Amino acid sequence: MSRGRNLALLIDFGSTFTKLRAVDLDTSEIIGSGQGPSTVATDVTDGLHAALGDFENQIGDLPEFEHRLACSSAAGGLGMVTVGLVRELTAEAAKQAALGAGAKLTGAFSYGLTPDDITEIEAQAPDIILLAGGTDGGNADVILENAGRLAASAVACPIVVAGNREATPDAQAVLEKAGKPVTVTANVMPEFGTLDVEPARDAIRKVFIDRIVHAKGIDRASDMFDAVLMPTPAAVLDGAKLLSDGVPGTPGLGDLVVVDVGGATTDVHSVASGAPTVEGAIQHGLPEPHCKRSVEGDLGMRVNAHSIAEAAGLDVIAAAAGVNVGRAGEMLDTLSGDIEHLPKAGSEEARFDQALAATALGLAVTRHAGSLSIVQMVTGPASVQTGKDLSAVGTLIGTGGVLAQGENPAATLAAGLADPAQPQSLKPKAPALLLDSEYVLYAVGLLAAIDPEAALTFGLVHMHAVGEE
Amino acid sequence: MGTKVVHTRGDITLVTGVIGADTHIVGNRILSMALEEAGFKVVALGALTPADEFIKAAIETAADGIMVSSLYGQGELDCRGFRELCIEAGLNDILLYVGGNLVVGKQDWADVEARYVDMGFDRAFANGTRVEEVIDTLDEDFAARAGGIA
Repeated sequence: MSRGRNLALLIDFGSTFTKLRAVDLDTSEIIGSGQGPSTVATDVTDGLHAALGDFENQIGDLPEFEHRLACSSAAGGLGMVTVGLVRELTAEAAKQAALGAGAKLTGAFSYGLTPDDITEIEAQAPDIILLAGGTDGGNADVILENAGRLAASAVACPIVVAGNREATPDAQAVLEKAGKPVTVTANVMPEFGTLDVEPARDAIRKVFIDRIVHAKGIDRASDMFDAVLMPTPAAVLDGAKLLSDGVPGTPGLGDLVVVDVGGATTDVHSVASGAPTVEGAIQHGLPEPHCKRSVEGDLGMRVNAHSIAEAAGLDVIAAAAGVNVGRAGEMLDTLSGDIEHLPKAGSEEARFDQALAATALGLAVTRHAGSLSIVQMVTGPASVQTGKDLSAVGTLIGTGGVLAQGENPAATLAAGLADPAQPQSLKPKAPALLLDSEYVLYAVGLLAAIDPEAALTFGLVHMHAVGEE
Repeated sequence: MGTKVVHTRGDITLVTGVIGADTHIVGNRILSMALEEAGFKVVALGALTPADEFIKAAIETAADGIMVSSLYGQGELDCRGFRELCIEAGLNDILLYVGGNLVVGKQDWADVEARYVDMGFDRAFANGTRVEEVIDTLDEDFAARAGGIA
């Protein structure tokens, strides 16, 4: 049935589900989708077979695919530990690089690693460690000390070294002598105040493809797809970047923000310079990456439902949902106890779930966005900006199950907008609100790697204005 | 962090900035450019720089000296404890200079200088000091240090 059609199969090995989207690249149509359980713990092929079976039930026999690409957040995702020197400087740069590579950060260390730190890292057993520290020509001692301590530890995972370039050969040598797999890349902060996270990000992704996919057993299904290209959050970030940048001849959406409200975390991706829009504002602190991803580990709709309530106050969420606090507490317990729980449409629980989502989304965007403060000078007040100014961003995209399936996505997404009551927060003021209601953003990111033009067209067609989805 | 044996200006990293809630950037920028032109490695933090950010930048870049500017009269408050912060951060023998409009009103310079030296600054420079003088002093101070170490 499919001869001559340019079809792609995009697979997401998730932590709970294995999901498929089949796309006709010539027409931008989704010709089918499928879902199966996540079976990485036993045999990844079981979940994929189940998802393909689901797909065949909908559209009949599997067509022939030109491209079969996958991303994965299964088996704990890409667990990473970052190590830098000063917390706000190279340690922060290392964190940004790891997050941009789609990692799940289990630890972020700064200054010299202590024996306790090493014990903690050994216990966390990350998939990759990113070791930074020192600008080029700057501090060399601490990265060398830390390399020595990691070399002497029981840590066996690959280590990406992205620190002071003069210290790098010695750091590499001491680690390799101890049998640790080492990848060397450019310094995440070559000069003071200059971020260069892309080389480290690419090195992490390469280690992920070359080693982690195998270590997690995902390559058992390798005859069913061409490649696992990246961790799922990296695919979402790449999708966001393509939608923002566009391709030669087809403009993208320009500056945008993507919010992904998940069961365990809420991710925010911004593709924007974040330069001040307030006249005369002075920028303070490290520049932030143009493509920035942040992960709020305490804001998740199921696993971390309780901590959303802790952060915002259960009474506030209950009031927004129009329920009393006692009932809200009960529903919170139900939701956090069952990660696959879906409230019945139109129910009180669905209303509460939506209020919870709006709260998580609002908090996550506030934390991701920069802020303004007024400093009193001898010459009068001056505005000082920390972080990215997202107030002029043109598009806000929501993704994740609770937005795609929730009752009132427009209201949920609106929680990410600037609030006149918090004028210091630089959240988007009047963006177009779009919804990734068919869960294709990861697919756009995967397709961007092989056919950016088709990926862009496909992505633009399937981001729906809220209310019209 | 061991002390480097310094040979040339190119081996010396200097952190510059205007301390506190002070936006007067022009003089500091002229100083930073002149230092760079003279061959020093300069890490310019610019205006509105809290004390701890000078120190964090000095750690990351393994700086040899910090040049603090203050123009708005509150330097004494902003610079209090600066040397102690450096020692706390492990920057035991970093060279500290301060310069600008260091006090409010007309005061005897010798007094002002003594107060800043008491705070742990190696040198204090009065308003109107020419950059050439600062550079000459830097050369002398680093030469003395290198001699002392060898």
